[in-house]
Amino acid sequence: MQFLLDNFWDLSVTGLTQGAIYALIALGYTLVYGVLRLINFAHSEVFVTGTFASIFVLHAFGLGSDDPVPSAGMVVLYIAAAAVGAMVASAATALVVERVAYRPLRRRNAPPLVFLISAIGASFAISEAFGVLVDRNNVRVPNLIEPQTQFHLFGASVNNRQLLIVAAAIVMMLCLDQFIRRTRLGRGIRAVSQDPDSAALMGVNKDRVIALTFILGGLMAGGAAVLYDLQFGVTRFNAGFVLGIKAFTAAVLGGIGNLRGALLGGLLLGLMENYGSAIIGSEWRDVVAFVFLIVVLMFRPTGILGESLGKARA
Amino acid sequence: MRFQRMARMTVTAAVVALAAAGCGSSDGSGGSGDAGSCKYQIGYFGALTGDSANLGINIRNGAKLAIDQYNKDAKDCVGLKEFDSAGDPAQAPGLARKAVTDKTVLGIIGPAFSGESKAANGTFDQGKLPIITASATNPALADNGWKIFHRILGNDASQGPAAARYIKDVMKAPKVFVVDDATEYGKGLATIVKSDLGSAVIGTDTVQAKQTDFAATVTKIKASGAKAFFYGGYYAEGGLLRKQLTDAGGKDIVMVAADGVKDPGFVKAAGQAAAEGTILTCPCLPPSKTKGTFAADYKAAFKVDAGTYSGEAFDAATVFIEGIKAGKTTREALNDFIGSFHGEGVTKSIAFDAKGEVTDKVIWAYKVKAGQIVEEQEIK
Amino acid sequence: MTISDRLGLADRLRALDDRRVQLVTRPRQWWNGLPKPVQWVAFGAFAVLLVLLPILDPPILSTPDSDFPTVLFIVGVYCLAALGLNIVVGLAGLLDLGYVGFYAVGAYSVAVFGSPSSQLATAYPWLVCVPIAIALAMVAGVVLGAPTLRLRGDYLAIVTLGFGEIVRLTALNSGVLGGAAGISDVPAPPGELADGSRLFGVIDAKPYYWLALGLIFVIVAASRNLERSRVGRAWLAIREDEDAAELMGVPTFKFKLWAFAMGAAVGGLAGAVFAGQQGFINPESFIIQLSILFLAAVVVGGAGNRLGVVVGAILVAYLPERFRELAEYRILVFGLALIVMSVFRPQGLLPSRRRAVELAARQDQVEAGVNV
Repeated sequence: MQFLLDNFWDLSVTGLTQGAIYALIALGYTLVYGVLRLINFAHSEVFVTGTFASIFVLHAFGLGSDDPVPSAGMVVLYIAAAAVGAMVASAATALVVERVAYRPLRRRNAPPLVFLISAIGASFAISEAFGVLVDRNNVRVPNLIEPQTQFHLFGASVNNRQLLIVAAAIVMMLCLDQFIRRTRLGRGIRAVSQDPDSAALMGVNKDRVIALTFILGGLMAGGAAVLYDLQFGVTRFNAGFVLGIKAFTAAVLGGIGNLRGALLGGLLLGLMENYGSAIIGSEWRDVVAFVFLIVVLMFRPTGILGESLGKARA
Repeated sequence: MRFQRMARMTVTAAVVALAAAGCGSSDGSGGSGDAGSCKYQIGYFGALTGDSANLGINIRNGAKLAIDQYNKDAKDCVGLKEFDSAGDPAQAPGLARKAVTDKTVLGIIGPAFSGESKAANGTFDQGKLPIITASATNPALADNGWKIFHRILGNDASQGPAAARYIKDVMKAPKVFVVDDATEYGKGLATIVKSDLGSAVIGTDTVQAKQTDFAATVTKIKASGAKAFFYGGYYAEGGLLRKQLTDAGGKDIVMVAADGVKDPGFVKAAGQAAAEGTILTCPCLPPSKTKGTFAADYKAAFKVDAGTYSGEAFDAATVFIEGIKAGKTTREALNDFIGSFHGEGVTKSIAFDAKGEVTDKVIWAYKVKAGQIVEEQEIK
Repeated sequence: MTISDRLGLADRLRALDDRRVQLVTRPRQWWNGLPKPVQWVAFGAFAVLLVLLPILDPPILSTPDSDFPTVLFIVGVYCLAALGLNIVVGLAGLLDLGYVGFYAVGAYSVAVFGSPSSQLATAYPWLVCVPIAIALAMVAGVVLGAPTLRLRGDYLAIVTLGFGEIVRLTALNSGVLGGAAGISDVPAPPGELADGSRLFGVIDAKPYYWLALGLIFVIVAASRNLERSRVGRAWLAIREDEDAAELMGVPTFKFKLWAFAMGAAVGGLAGAVFAGQQGFINPESFIIQLSILFLAAVVVGGAGNRLGVVVGAILVAYLPERFRELAEYRILVFGLALIVMSVFRPQGLLPSRRRAVELAARQDQVEAGVNV
């Protein structure tokens, strides 16, 4: 307990960094849930595809795993290119998952459980395909940012990488929020999540809206993938499994279907995990996360901010 | 719609193709080449697929080299039969029964890990099938009364104290933080190191296998003011922990770890810069120090340098082959033969005590230099 | 037009599927038309065949890379677990992603109370441990269910998934449960052979298979009766429309809790049998992926149909063992197979009759353009 108090701000800074990545992935779960009322179990692999795609892009630029950090101007270019690569790859994967594992089932009006199973199948297949591709080894990300302390927050040092991750995550979420609030396509998503039948009657093309939702979720996951690569410097074929479960937990915590809930849930989960690890030991980290979720749901059965993508802000 | 159909077709075609490929290959390979045609076989039991495949392949190759060398000018060949457990204890009993009921199998090299050993060795004992493990280092394995159990390398009860001695005597670190990964191997080792270091240990933490974010542990290590930390666990998590500690400004805190981390995958996960200077202990002899032409032969046969435990596996296979050469071609006779065996292997002189532990134990310290794991010194 | 359209591949595959459906339904009608005694004799012959399976060791069915009786036993354990999960998922319609937690509670109960090397050191025999295992698993079901069963479907899914992980991590991180080292010397079921050696030895897995087979028959019969009882009808009502069921006077919470407890009990039994055969357990045997495999068995086979669930479990457990030579590609192929089966048979391989009718009705709606 004393340790938590002594290092409270340090733990908060690292917890928020991890939470920002959770939040970005959680958005994908929340978006799809909002329009389809289904858990997209393959979303974790949408994310993993992004982590590999950004490394692929960096390798294409001729960067090696242990090369020194390039000059500042080049770093910006490299990160931008990696981000574009990851977001495109993740969005494409999400779209393929929708077309192969979701749309055919929707046409046959299958029970929700079957969607879950086909998504799980897609998740296994994609993850294992990467496993075979890279021989189940860790794949290193070229060094792009040397962490340097920028300033101190109540005694906790904050480095440039942590700033970038949290800032990038918040900017991406603001963009998504504005997109859904202000654009015509965004209105379509809100309409379908509020009332699919009426939306269809009013001429909203449901298939297109669903595809768009998967793409948006993929873009966010791609962004999360680049930030993950920068933060951890290494990825694995099965890196998505645990992270996906955590992100899903974050989405439910905040209120699944609610975009701001995903942000809040992600950040809260990151913080709680760190505080919990500090008090009772890192081995109980995941237990802390799940117990926290169960306790919150007991008092607020639909998550902290309640659910619904459309209703919360008509 | 058209796309949907196309996608469906593609998936179906992929499944059919893969299934066909699988069936096709099964006819060709049949386990391990010409193994089936030999009168006697030695089994390899451990991971060849899955997360821990790399270590298993090192061991399999070491054993294969010894057997191939023997077969070159022997009139009765000996086969190598592979039992791929993927390192999973739940799969181990079935595979062990398969090995026991195959009467041509006279001995087993493995099981590679401590967990699967616990699940499988009882079956081997009932089947009187002698085993020599070249990598499972949990000390308690020798205490089960299994008459068939042999271990050709020092266990963690000798590796742990050696690591502690190195930290105390060579590094002279006054304050040490100890982290383990809650696995049987990692926790066991960390417990031994902790008790040997005594008051020098100023803090401990436990992480989990497959964890990627070690922020809380990093904060704890830094806040403790330790000059060195010992990590009991495997290379994937160890590499990430090393990297995150360096990133958080803990560059000068030296990492000491054991054979589970002694893998190129560690340097890969941590990055060359962060991995630099890490001390790794291992009850394995550096391949360059192995006797005879082993290191060169291995390189010639498999196009890569001999890895961790390749030499130990070579020695284990050699013990079995010596027994078969001496006409000990029943399991009981071969087990008795191993018990009284005295000879020179490429890694050490080999003899087993009553519990099946090798009497001559070597522990080496290795160091990461310029991205390579190179030998530093033997820990006496 | 794509190439596959031009070849009419999709239509041909669909025609093939229709023919396969007929192949399934026609024998069913034929079977129902047979006189009762003939049915009984045929059923008996089939049962005998199942019993003799590990001895016959038929060439194509047999597993070349692992011990056949052991594989059969593992398949049997999956069947048991899937039958238990079917009560929760198939009958009561509650999505449980953490079923492995109950399986683990059962296995650990036998280990902790039965093994002389556990810290409790009570060393009860297996037969005493099994009721304890079932009781504790039921308690775990109630403990998990009581606070969470008020949650809606998908919230329940993540909470149960969390529960499964909590069970595994608790076993991994607490000394009483053996930690990562696990617990060895788990007792085996009793019995001696004529020569004094143990019936349930470590070399021969056949007795374990027969034990599992017997338990499957018992559980299938029991859940058949359960399904046709008042409780079973209440579950179906809850599955179809919880609010309507509540309105009609079904105490939904109580019956949902019952479903959880019954499912957990069968899961605990499966775990107890598994632990007895294994002789050693550690947390690695209870990873969350196993929950997903159990669920896949239920859904792929046909949620709600006992026979379908058994077929699903056989596929999920047997295929990866049979095709060990695929090695690296096993899980990849398995994942693709899950997608293909979901797309072509959303109702499961052997759907529950009631569910098949519902699905067909919904299919008609789709084709008529309603609710798209």
